[in-house]
Amino acid sequence: MIEAEGLTKFYGPIGAIRNVNFQIEKGEVVGFLGPNGAGKSTTIRILTCYMPPSLGRARVDGLDCLEDSLKVRQIIGYLPENVPLYRDLTVRRFLRFAAGAKGVPGRNAEKEVNRVIGVCGLDKNANRIIRHLSKGYRQRVGLAQALLNDPSVLVLDEPTIGLDPTQIIEIRRLVQELRENRTILLSSHILPEVAQICQRVIIINKGEIVATDTPANLTSQLQKTGKILLEVSTPSPDFVSSLERIGGVRKVELQTNGASRFEIETDRSKDVRPEIARLAVEKGGGLLELRSVQLSLEDIFVQLVTEEPPQQEVSES
Amino acid sequence: MKGFLAVYRKELYGIFASPIFYAVAFIFLVISGIFFYLILDYFNNLSFELARNPMLAEQVNVMEIVLRSFFLNLSFIFLFLAPMLTMRLYAEERKSGTLELLFTYPVTDMAAVFAKWAASATAFLMLLAGTLPGILALALTTAPAWKPILSGYLGAFLLGCAFLSLGTFTSSITQNQIVAAVLAFGLLLVLWFVGEGKTIFGPTLGGIAEYLSVTKHFESFSKGVLDSRDLLYYVLFTVLFLFLTLRQMSSYRWRG
Repeated sequence: MIEAEGLTKFYGPIGAIRNVNFQIEKGEVVGFLGPNGAGKSTTIRILTCYMPPSLGRARVDGLDCLEDSLKVRQIIGYLPENVPLYRDLTVRRFLRFAAGAKGVPGRNAEKEVNRVIGVCGLDKNANRIIRHLSKGYRQRVGLAQALLNDPSVLVLDEPTIGLDPTQIIEIRRLVQELRENRTILLSSHILPEVAQICQRVIIINKGEIVATDTPANLTSQLQKTGKILLEVSTPSPDFVSSLERIGGVRKVELQTNGASRFEIETDRSKDVRPEIARLAVEKGGGLLELRSVQLSLEDIFVQLVTEEPPQQEVSES
Repeated sequence: MKGFLAVYRKELYGIFASPIFYAVAFIFLVISGIFFYLILDYFNNLSFELARNPMLAEQVNVMEIVLRSFFLNLSFIFLFLAPMLTMRLYAEERKSGTLELLFTYPVTDMAAVFAKWAASATAFLMLLAGTLPGILALALTTAPAWKPILSGYLGAFLLGCAFLSLGTFTSSITQNQIVAAVLAFGLLLVLWFVGEGKTIFGPTLGGIAEYLSVTKHFESFSKGVLDSRDLLYYVLFTVLFLFLTLRQMSSYRWRG
């Protein structure tokens, strides 16, 4: 439904994204994940025909975003980052304008506006001026305008940013309800959110895509290995090499923030903690701390977006 | 021109919902009213003097004297006020980020530019309508000369449209409304006075300067003469600046 082919965008001499490729199938709910400034909004703005790419092609439903721009815009509902709205208008008046601009025929416009007002829970605020609404309600207005004319593709750029937890839950619930018969691309820098809503995650960092997979796969892939954190008081010189000789230990790393803290990577299949504890007492001068670390999606994210990608680590070891 | 009507309606609402229009309308009507009164007063004195000279009095036409000065004054007031009507058109959307909505709705850039300009022209038409009562009062009490009245209003409207297209353009190049208004005002003032410089520029350049002058082309209208060259001047002026606005919008898109 959505295809990005070698998308590249330069702002003057500064490259925002480089060679971004991905495909999103019809009916998928995909999370677009990355730290601030990674190029999420740039990619989304190209897909929604806000601006053309410097290089590459973007297609939505087989239509080129540059050549068939108007047709693409017709089938996309877009909620831009920071939700720009015509703040001097009332909610209803703004939605009427948006319906007109999206080509909803005049006789259906009122019905369509009422429908999205209902879906987004704006009934009580429909006649208020947008400027006077709270951030949460403005977000709903933004979502309401995206839903006008029943778009088959929904693109939401950071839909929950700046909202309080209750509002975030409401927006998430709304997105869950909307997923039927729709392709949704949702950008965020908050992981649990994406893990909850999306079937697939595209992780982008510094303008390049670093991973594409389901949240479950991403987690399990990195959880083949376990992590143990160890602190001893006075390790003997051959302590590290003895640790490495234990069956099931893959890698031992001295942590930088203390001479006697170690991060140990182990196989999931075998519990090596008793052996490590024994060794710590024998050669480490006493065990101070020993715990296994759970890898969350957050760790994966951090691993993927830090300077050294994990693929390199694997090839080295 | 997909989406023209929706954007036009929204802009019209934006103009009439903001206090700017009412301030502009107030100033415009008060000043044009004062000018109208003063011109009439001048004609009054003149006619007393001419009463002693019936030969000369026959050649003096109330419509001609009053209308010519009135329409010229009208256009001068509008020189100051047109930038106020157009300054928010694009500058406000750039500042608040709503241009992103407009750009991603299935509305062509041309329809949006045209709709915004048309909305400001509609507001201007209402301002012009506000000056009708004075003219009608004059027409009812004297021998009405409808031709110069109509051509005068047509000229004023065309001139206004040209001013507004330039204002639309300056609004599209900045996100600051004040800057948009000042630029429009400055450019219009230059185009107003450029004709005066024909003696300095020499014969060739002077001719061009005179042709570029917005007032030069207005004079024929206020005399009641419809000259296609002057008509063409205002139409070309308007089309040029709307075209430049359109180019500015695509440049804005490409720069992102």
